[in-house]
Amino acid sequence: MTKTAPALDIDAILDDENTRIIVCCGSGGVGKTTTAAALGLRAAERGRSVVVLTVDPAKRLAQAMGLTELDNIPRLVKGVRSPDGAKSGHDGSQASTGSRGGSPDGSRGELHAMMLDMKRTFDEIIEAHADPERARQILTNPFYQSLSSSFSGTQEYMAMEKLGQLRRSGDWDLIIVDTPPSRSALDFLDAPERLGRFLDGRLIRILMAPAKAGGRSAFKLLNAGFGIVAGALTKVLGAQVLKDLQMFVSALDAVFGGFRQRAEQTYKLLQAPGTAFVIVATPERDAIREASYFVERLAEERMPLAGLVINRMHRSPAAALSAARSTAAAEDLESRGEHDLAAAVLRLHAGRMQLAAREQREQEHFTSAHPTVPIAHVPAMAEDVHDLDGLREIGELLAS
Amino acid sequence: MSSRDTDWDGVRLHVVTGKGGTGKTTVAAALALALAAGGRKVLLVEIEGRQGIAQIFDLPPLPYEERKIAVAPGGGDVYALAIDPEAAMLDYLEMFYGLKRMGKALTRMGVVDFATTIAPGLRDVLVTGKTSEAVRRRDGSGRRVYDAVVMDAPPTGRITRFLNVTQEVAGLARVGPVKNHADLVRGVVASPETAVHFVSLLEEMPVQETLDGIAELHEAGLPVGGIFINMVRPVDLPKDVLDAAVKNRLDHAELALGLKAAGLAGGSDDATAIAQALAQEVVDHAHRTRLEKRERATLAKAGTPRYELPLLADGADLAGLYELAEAIRAQGAA
Ligand SMILES: Nc1ncnc2c1ncn2[C@@H]1O[C@H](COP(=O)(O)OP(=O)(O)O)[C@@H](O)[C@H]1O
Ligand SMILES: Nc1ncnc2c1ncn2[C@@H]1O[C@H](COP(=O)(O)OP(=O)(O)O)[C@@H](O)[C@H]1O
Ligand SMILES: [Mg+2]
Ligand SMILES: [Mg+2]
Repeated sequence: MTKTAPALDIDAILDDENTRIIVCCGSGGVGKTTTAAALGLRAAERGRSVVVLTVDPAKRLAQAMGLTELDNIPRLVKGVRSPDGAKSGHDGSQASTGSRGGSPDGSRGELHAMMLDMKRTFDEIIEAHADPERARQILTNPFYQSLSSSFSGTQEYMAMEKLGQLRRSGDWDLIIVDTPPSRSALDFLDAPERLGRFLDGRLIRILMAPAKAGGRSAFKLLNAGFGIVAGALTKVLGAQVLKDLQMFVSALDAVFGGFRQRAEQTYKLLQAPGTAFVIVATPERDAIREASYFVERLAEERMPLAGLVINRMHRSPAAALSAARSTAAAEDLESRGEHDLAAAVLRLHAGRMQLAAREQREQEHFTSAHPTVPIAHVPAMAEDVHDLDGLREIGELLAS
Repeated sequence: MSSRDTDWDGVRLHVVTGKGGTGKTTVAAALALALAAGGRKVLLVEIEGRQGIAQIFDLPPLPYEERKIAVAPGGGDVYALAIDPEAAMLDYLEMFYGLKRMGKALTRMGVVDFATTIAPGLRDVLVTGKTSEAVRRRDGSGRRVYDAVVMDAPPTGRITRFLNVTQEVAGLARVGPVKNHADLVRGVVASPETAVHFVSLLEEMPVQETLDGIAELHEAGLPVGGIFINMVRPVDLPKDVLDAAVKNRLDHAELALGLKAAGLAGGSDDATAIAQALAQEVVDHAHRTRLEKRERATLAKAGTPRYELPLLADGADLAGLYELAEAIRAQGAA
């Protein structure tokens, strides 16, 4: 028995003025960035004023969107058509941050795109929340540099932070976020929390205790815990490292409250009714399993799921001819030594039908576990998607 | 020991990197089996705490302990170790400072977690350090314990930093114990006894990442190994058919005749319609094949040995691993 899932109505979501944020998530390499960009283009061409926050676009796709620099500034994407089909005539990809009022009522839409610079985003938070001297201390500290550029989870956290900033700016009618290339789809939801827990951890409090006690000599008021820690760390790492660490931790204390508060705000934003999560998966076991976890997780967090996009599906234009019949016919021709071309083509077709059947089964697994989740399909293109035409085509397929 | 000539004779540490999802863990496991074949002893190391090795060999989660997990074709043992940076840190404290009890206290207080999480490069140096130790380890009679060590390493985007340990801990320690340890590790990782292999697919992004990664390694003075092109689909059609298809010059009439001869079409109209649909499929396939050919040519520019591993129809299960190991040996990578 085949189970049919409800269809995901992409245009209804894009056209709904109440949709303010779309988050594309899923495991690595499934097509999140491509989907985010295609949704952005489609929404803009349907008249909305959109910004797409991408994390790791393929080089050529980035170029096609005018993203040549990693600079955290939304760039106007050229070549976007207005709803009546004309191309928008903006020249240059100059940064523009003024307010816009696109809407789906037929007025001209716009697409801006930006690439996340996680370190810069982190730096900006520090600068916004600490006085200049403190900020300088933090920014030059080796522990901060490590945290801001290589802590697993910083990228996820900064994507969220950037989303919050874009939303608070009020400049955008619709924000579409691509999520970082973590292996697991869930990393995206867990990472900010992990970073928060980490900064809130016991050790940080221990290390911060001397600073909190009024800036007196760091070693005067230490509690027993700190003594042990300090002794061991000095022995293993050396005194300078300990000093760096302490300076880092106490400076961080100043910006810490702001940190938490912002993380909580963004979290609430993700739960708001104007947000729509789009999960992307390829029709393969691992990706579909991740998608399932994600559906459950979103439900737990009470975050609004729009549906699942199954990307890179293989279909056949000759689907009526089954794999079995095709193989049998190929064998027949081969044994007679006739019609080599037809025999080879039938073999190819049989392989494709088998693949399509496997993919169909993976989808059915998903649908039997989550029968109410709407699904949209995008076929595998013969070539990579790296220009606006390609994105437009993906957008059409998403909506059909 | 076998005296086959392989491309990596003399290499004892094989580091396997690649874009996420291209098959690093799978290829690392297959390479370990291939290297162990014929009676050798190989250690397969995992570092990201994902228990990918256990999954692929269908085993319960691996502890922080070397244990035998598979027997290679023709005898030979594959051992596995899942390195946990926290445990490696405790090892290190105990080994170099005799701080066993202190280590426990530090763990309880979250210090170990903290240090291995954000101390610049400390986590990496602990993991590479543990691996180097296994590479160098000798038994009582002075013989190497492992003939080779294979590491399922971080993805391409992080590999150079990960291996470039001395650079990484420079901000942490210019002198002192950590620095000495890093220098020791660097001695192993940057030596001709190490090779960093890349796993790629015949797709644009993984190919680009591979070339970028190779360039970075060269720049950092780290030893570049081979490229394992994974999930290669068989070429199902003869070249002349593919060429005709990309030019849209496929012989529809001949195809329709063949379909009729095979009894797949009722009448001529029917045959023509099916032929047209199938021809579309062939055109798609031909385009993809051409794209793959282009990516293959791009990879060739890296100038390092390349090996092709087939796409396994049933995914990479245990039987599939042995198949990949065989392909690795047949092409002289092990
Ligand atoms: N439907 C599709 N058909 C063909 N190629 C696709 C399709 N969707 C995505 N791709 C390609 O797959 C690669 C990975 O896509 P990307 O969107 O960057 O994935 P993610 O962001 O999930 O890691 C890109 O090279 C992209 O062009
Ligand atoms: N040659 C292959 N044929 C078919 N499936 C493969 C092959 N190599 C890897 N896979 C599958 O691809 C997925 C990703 O492989 P994995 O080794 O976990 O990648 P990575 O470690 O790079 O993330 C797994 O589901 C694995 O079974
Ligand atoms: Mg992406
Ligand atoms: Mg892996």
